[in-house]
Amino acid sequence: MRSRSSLLSAEARMFLLVSEPIEITTLRNSLVHPEDGAIAIFEGIVRNQSHGKRVRYLEYSAYELMAQRKLEEIGKQARERFAIRQIGIIHRLGHLQIGECSVAIVVTSAHRAAAFEACQFAIDAIKQAVPIWKKEVYEDGEIWVEGER
Amino acid sequence: MSIRVLFFASLADITGIRETTVDAAMFSDIRSIFSKFAAEHPDLEARRPTIMVALNSEFARLESKVQDGDEVAFFPPVSGG
Repeated sequence: MRSRSSLLSAEARMFLLVSEPIEITTLRNSLVHPEDGAIAIFEGIVRNQSHGKRVRYLEYSAYELMAQRKLEEIGKQARERFAIRQIGIIHRLGHLQIGECSVAIVVTSAHRAAAFEACQFAIDAIKQAVPIWKKEVYEDGEIWVEGER
Repeated sequence: MSIRVLFFASLADITGIRETTVDAAMFSDIRSIFSKFAAEHPDLEARRPTIMVALNSEFARLESKVQDGDEVAFFPPVSGG
């Protein structure tokens, strides 16, 4: 897990797993360019309930090496499929409180439609194919959430 | 001559293992590695239908061949985002 390292390549800094709060403005400012006419930003945040149970907090864990590669792949696919200029994705790991941002996707493009579409594509792909898991912790127990297979 | 084996999330809880190694000479494919751990942990066997598999950080199948130096990971359907 890493972040804010100046040693990383520009590409690696755009696709990150971090253990501290996600700095969306930093990501946004690093991607935006005078050629852009639109920025779409998606934030996934921690909800206070799940299936009728009150959630106290979440714990995210990942197969970090693979998750990093998958985020970069999703970015590459998004740039191939949509008329966007840049995309960056940051996923938080570890302990997250209600309302905190767990994932941020920033897409810049000349026109808005491609940015919206790429954002939707990226979050759907993350939920399907990036090895990250969340554990919901309730007042009276905890459970690993598992996606569809 | 070893293969690294990783378990994540609920599968790490079930097996009590996050990371271990097996003798590469004893296993030809991912299925044979899974079967070894499933025999030791019946709750893992029960998860077989939904389990996801990776070989050297790429999605793989139980049929995928393995060799010395490989890293094999078993995990449940992902739930990031």
